[in-house]
This record gives sequence, C-alpha cells and structure tokens, in this order.
Amino acid sequence: MRIRGRRIVGGYAEGEALVSSASFSFYGGVDPETGIITEPGHPLEGESVAGRVFIFPHGRGSTVGCYIIYRMHRRGTAPAAVINLETETIIATGCAMAGIPLMDRLEENPLRLIRSGDYIVVNADEGYIEI
Amino acid sequence: MYLTRLEEEMLEGEMGEAVARAMSLLVALGEVFEAERLIEVESAHISGVSYKNLGEAGLEYLEEQAELGASVRIRATLNPAGMDLERWREMGVSPEFAEGQLRVIEAYRRMGVEATCTCTPYLIGHRPRAGSQIAWAESSAVAYVNSVLGARTNRETGPTALASAITGRAPLHGYRLEENRRPSIIVEVKTPLSSKFDYGALGYLIGEMAGRSVPYIRGLRGASIEQLKALSAAIATSGGVALYHIEGLTPEARRMSRHLEGLERIPVKPDSLGEVAERFQGAGEDAVICVGCPHCSLRELMEVARLLERRSGERLWAFTSRGVYMKAERLGIVKAIEEAGGRVYRDTCMVVAPLREMGWREVATNSFKAAHYLSSMGLTVQVAPLRELLGGGHED
Repeated sequence: MRIRGRRIVGGYAEGEALVSSASFSFYGGVDPETGIITEPGHPLEGESVAGRVFIFPHGRGSTVGCYIIYRMHRRGTAPAAVINLETETIIATGCAMAGIPLMDRLEENPLRLIRSGDYIVVNADEGYIEI
Repeated sequence: MYLTRLEEEMLEGEMGEAVARAMSLLVALGEVFEAERLIEVESAHISGVSYKNLGEAGLEYLEEQAELGASVRIRATLNPAGMDLERWREMGVSPEFAEGQLRVIEAYRRMGVEATCTCTPYLIGHRPRAGSQIAWAESSAVAYVNSVLGARTNRETGPTALASAITGRAPLHGYRLEENRRPSIIVEVKTPLSSKFDYGALGYLIGEMAGRSVPYIRGLRGASIEQLKALSAAIATSGGVALYHIEGLTPEARRMSRHLEGLERIPVKPDSLGEVAERFQGAGEDAVICVGCPHCSLRELMEVARLLERRSGERLWAFTSRGVYMKAERLGIVKAIEEAGGRVYRDTCMVVAPLREMGWREVATNSFKAAHYLSSMGLTVQVAPLRELLGGGHED
C-alpha cells in the first residue's frame, strides 16, 4: 500500500515501524548512545528507535534536540527515517543536519494505519511511503 | 520551493559539502514553513555556543562542519559561551567543561565567525540596517533588532543561523514579510514606567499575554537603549514575541498604526508590574547578585560602579561583552567594581554558565529573563532592581 506525503528532508530508507501517539523530544527523551527511549512515562519507554521508521505526531522541547539527532546518526543509533503528522523546526533541523529522510502530512493518518513492527519503505525523494 | 540556479548548485554540492548541507537544512525549513523561495540575508548572529547546552553532540556537529571547510559568507557574530574564555578558573568552571567550550569557540573561529560571545552584538557595532534581511538567533536580540532597529528576521536557532551565515540565504516566511509584521494586539500601558526594571516587568507581562503575536504598545513616553534591551529580553522570554511596535518610538510604528482597527486591546494597570516581580522572591541573603542579562552596556556598568561607591560588591557578578569591557576598563570602571569586591566577566552570563555544576543554588538578579530561566533550572531566584538588591532605595 502506497501513501503520498510531503517531503521535508529527501532520501530513501526502509525498516520496521515504531509508532508513538505522543509527541517526542530527542533532548532528554532518548539515550543517544543506545537509541533507547528513556523519557519517564512515555508510551514507548524502553524501546529503541535505532534503525526504525519512527512515527510520531510532532516534536517538542529544546533546540538541543537537533544536535542529539545528529549525534545519534553518527553513533548509528538514529532512526532510519522519521514520519510526523506535522513537523516543526527542531525535528526538521535535526533530520536535515543528520540527513535522515523526513516526511509529514501523509494523505492518511499514519498513527491509525501503521503499527509498530510493520515493515515500511520511505521514499522521501519521491514523496511517498509503502507499508 | 523555488531555488535559483546558484542555489540549486549550492544544494547539489558544487560549492562543497558544507554548503550543500547548510542549504539542505534551509530548504527543509522552507518546506516546513511553506516558503515560496529563499532570500539573501546580510548578517547572522549565531546561538548554540555554551558547552552546557551543546554538549558533546553539538561540539561534534560544529567540528565536523569546520572540518568540511564550512565558511561564512556574511558577517556573523556569536552568542555568549558558558564561561569567560580567560578567567574561567576563577569563575569555578571545571577544566573538562573549559576544554569542551574552547573547542566550540575554535570550531566557530575556523568557520570565520567573530567570537564576540555576546547576546548584545547591536551594542558593539553589529547593527543591522532598517529593512535589511538578516538571520539572527538569540531571542532577546531578535526582538531588539526587529522592533527597535526595524531589521527583518525570524527567531532563528543556532543551526539555522549558521546555515544562513554559510549560504547567505534564509527561507522567506514569517517576520521577513511585511504582512506578518502588522500588529495583532494593542497593549495600553496605563501606568508611568520609571526604571529599566519596570520595562523588564512590562515585557514579561506583555509576553505572557501576547504569546506569539505582534504587540502594538501605547502609553510609553520614550525609552533608553537599556530599557528597550530589558523589554526585548523579557517579552521574548515569557512569550514567543519576536517583534513589537511602540507608538511614537520604534521605526515601523507609524506605518503600522494604519492596521489597528478591530484589534483586541489589553490594558496594563498600575498594580500589574509589581505583581510580576513578586513571582520571583525566593532567594535569601546568600544569593549571588547577577547583572548583565542581556549583557551590560557601558552605562549599566557605570551605574554598578556608582552604586558600589558606598556598598560592598562581594557576591556581585556583572556580565558584559568584550567590546564594552574594553571601554569600561579604560575608564577605570572595571577596577572600581572589582576593588569593591565585585566581578566583571566577559563572554558569558548567568543563564548559560554551568551555575549548578559550579555549586550555585541561589541567585538575585535585576533581569526577568534570567529569573525565568534560572528558576526553570531549579535555582532559587529573586528579581528586584539592582539598587534594592544591593540594599535599599530605587533605581534610576
């Protein structure tokens, strides 16, 4: 199944989905050395974002989050791709700094359609994903 | 988003990897904000300098950019670091922190950024022209140059301001466009303001009410640079205000007065200013008194020196830029403050220095911005006019 969306940062990636209904801050929300979500009370606490297609509504929190995304990319603990409902500055900046494909505004709500563990292809260059 | 041929080439790497990466960042943000195109910018002010905020991750990013040969194409200055670059030991900063901090500064220097390390570049000769497109980070400086100087910038972040400095471009959206500079709320000040402290309180109050709108402020009789500096810092802290207009004072106010019809009016009553200050009344006698958020002007350092003529300055730390420090030193002001027991540090301030790691728990300050952030970092804070902090009386 193919769904079109808006490309924010181009690129191609594939991997298992990790879906969060809660917004996310990379600063304080994740251990950059392991990629494991550490934010207390987050629905995905203890899960790893490394190599996953990480799907969440939108980012929040400090600008420092941009550098964290970049650092995770260097360590190999970053998500393979990110999909938001509506991207904001911090996630866009971080993904662009790290070269991680980023899309938002899909034609269908990915939070309803996709479950953690589904295999996803993200072709941000062409502006679509495949489940 | 439309790109010129030159911008396409930049994006495709024909001017090197560093330019391509910077361009890709700006294009991504342009997509987010639905900008039609990029615009040329003529100056940048870059935040993301203190090692306390950047950490290893930020340092790694900056060093890689420098390694890739990134180099600024326009004038670019730097926000405060986490320590005085020379007197850090005396401040109580650890050698590990200092090492990271000095590497950050070195990376920026390699890219051609002026290591001004100040939040008030407009006080030391980096003053954008009215109407010019610029890319500035540092919320207090953004509010000041947009509102008081009439330059045009959004609230940039460290990475976006650096990308703009490297490419000379920024996405055209937000406060870069005339229609978004129009007022969206009217603030009627119904009480006379007497001091810089009052302007800070007013800014903090308006920021809370205005959120991210553009306030048109009425009822002020005039204001000094220092008062506008305090207002700009506070209004950008409690809200996300990046631009305000003051009737009869700021350069765009007259033009904007044509767009006031139908706007909500919010009165500021005499009691409200005092009530704002009462929110930060925790610190006791042992608090370190910090001034210089935003960085002290020469006039403010003179005021500090004058107040210390008859009082001890033990426990008083003043923060300023190198540019102002040099003038103050020539005039004997630094010596006067330090002989009274105070300290004058450059390149840093109480908000971005690692105060908690340095063992600090209590701070007293005349800055609403500093009070807000230090309080959110878990320190106990008191805010009051400087003269009161030093013991009695009112500030000029």
